[in-house]
Amino acid sequence: MHQSRREFLRSGSASAVALALGGSGGCASMPATAPKVVVVGGGFAGATAAKYVRKWGDGKIAVTLVERGSAFVSCPLSNLVLGGSRQIADLTVAYDGLDKWGVRRITDEAMTIDPAARTIRLSSGTTLPYDRLILAPGIDFIWDAIPALASREAQEKILHAWKAGAQTIALRRQLEAMPDGGVFVMHIPKAPYRCPPGPYERACQVALYFSTRKPKSKVIILDANEDVQSKKELFTAAWNGRYKGYVEYRPNSGLVDVEVTTLTAKLDFDDVKADVLNIIPPQHAGGVARALGMANANGRFCQVDFLTYESTAERNIHVLGDAIQPAELMPKSGHMANQHGKVCAAAVVALLTGGEVNPAPVIANTCYSYIDDKEVVHVASVHRYDPATKTMRVVAGSGGLSAAANVQETVYAEAWAKNIWADMLT
Amino acid sequence: MNRPALAAFSLLVAASAAGAVGANLGRDVAANCTSCHEADGRSRGGIPSLVGQDRLNLVQQMRDFRDGKRPSTIMQQLAKGYSDAEIEAAAAYLSAQKAD
Ligand code: HEC
Repeated sequence: MHQSRREFLRSGSASAVALALGGSGGCASMPATAPKVVVVGGGFAGATAAKYVRKWGDGKIAVTLVERGSAFVSCPLSNLVLGGSRQIADLTVAYDGLDKWGVRRITDEAMTIDPAARTIRLSSGTTLPYDRLILAPGIDFIWDAIPALASREAQEKILHAWKAGAQTIALRRQLEAMPDGGVFVMHIPKAPYRCPPGPYERACQVALYFSTRKPKSKVIILDANEDVQSKKELFTAAWNGRYKGYVEYRPNSGLVDVEVTTLTAKLDFDDVKADVLNIIPPQHAGGVARALGMANANGRFCQVDFLTYESTAERNIHVLGDAIQPAELMPKSGHMANQHGKVCAAAVVALLTGGEVNPAPVIANTCYSYIDDKEVVHVASVHRYDPATKTMRVVAGSGGLSAAANVQETVYAEAWAKNIWADMLT
Repeated sequence: MNRPALAAFSLLVAASAAGAVGANLGRDVAANCTSCHEADGRSRGGIPSLVGQDRLNLVQQMRDFRDGKRPSTIMQQLAKGYSDAEIEAAAAYLSAQKAD
């Protein structure tokens, strides 16, 4: 969606104009009239957007980042905590690296948006005004889909570990406490869900732990989908190869409910009893992005304009990361979220300073998965805006997979993580 | 408006739009690269920094990846996603950046 200069002058705040005409940069000297951007969520998408609005806005746009956590914890690599080769501390990055960019940080939770007044209220009661609001809340779980998991108690016994942190550590403890000969059962919801290859990487990491420490134990993957959703040949090669006898894959295994006391997954025609039960629940956009009718794709995710990531339901509100309804073949990944953050930041800077929005954005995706603690595989793609269909399309001939699991890419996967965390947070 | 004037006008609009976008083309394409090749010039781990590298060398490497002349794990797959103009703009942008 292009905003013409005239439209900008009409709808944009007078402050934006005053600033474009000669406001000075820098945080301390930031005039009260500087255009205001509020970012909700400090993950791959939100932190990137916050940093890049400051960076590309030459410090002339005031940016406030609202994040409830005290530090960033990476979901990518968190399966390695289950495998035993990483600690959560290795995946944790402080937010104070954003201070040098002049991002104002608030540890709080976003509650209600008033789109007419252009304000957002936080759970502490603080109300923040905005010219542009960027929502990057990630996903919420659809607990209604699994009735027996409604209570907090049940959720503490049957873990998801699909948001890295306390849940990841707790799942590792359950695996450690499980006697040898036990069964780890994991359920994967129907796509779309966060991180398509993630569950299969998890199966590998748990199998790694079992094969080295609990050789009589087993992994059962109950997949609601009809087939492996990502890197199929590479994962099945591992399950039929180095993890032979450890991993059993069952497609078309839709979950009806669980039985908490017996750790049983109840499927359509079958019950599967576990010693450690790991349910990845179905997901929808984080709560704040489901407000105001913004979750307008099946009531679950938010449709956006891929030039700006502005919601198609609400003006001046942008949605990023796992909360959006992506175009075909655009996975819900941390790397994609980082890329959304940059396209959105460029567009928001243009819109607030009277510039032109890039009419032809191009972005890339990469997901590295660890087969064990030494070998890695990747999937990559490049996506380009198609003006005719107003959506993102994979560039023909671009992208692909690793030929096979290899040790060289373990070095690159590690570098990828360190560099993308730095890209968003320092 | 008569025809030549109209033509001149639309030419102007097109050129100015291209100018505004063109100014940021290198920055926006390079933003694809800096997720893995960090932009502050400090390489973390095994993926080298591209900041401040020779422009023509960057372009050449990308062509070599794209054409399969230089073996790689991932770059040959990514390099095929960008046009020559995008690669040249990104290389110009990256080579002009300084480590901070
Ligand atoms: C997913 C991470 C990733 C992204 C995104 C990425 N690269 Fe790379 N790059 C690598 C890796 C890994 C290598 C090492 C070669 C290989 O195995 O692919 C590399 C190597 C290179 C090299 C060779 C450097 C040297 O000194 O040997 C150049 C040049 C390069 N990339 C340019 C780019 C450009 C330009 C972009 C953006 C259009 C880009 N890369 C995007 C991961 C990435």
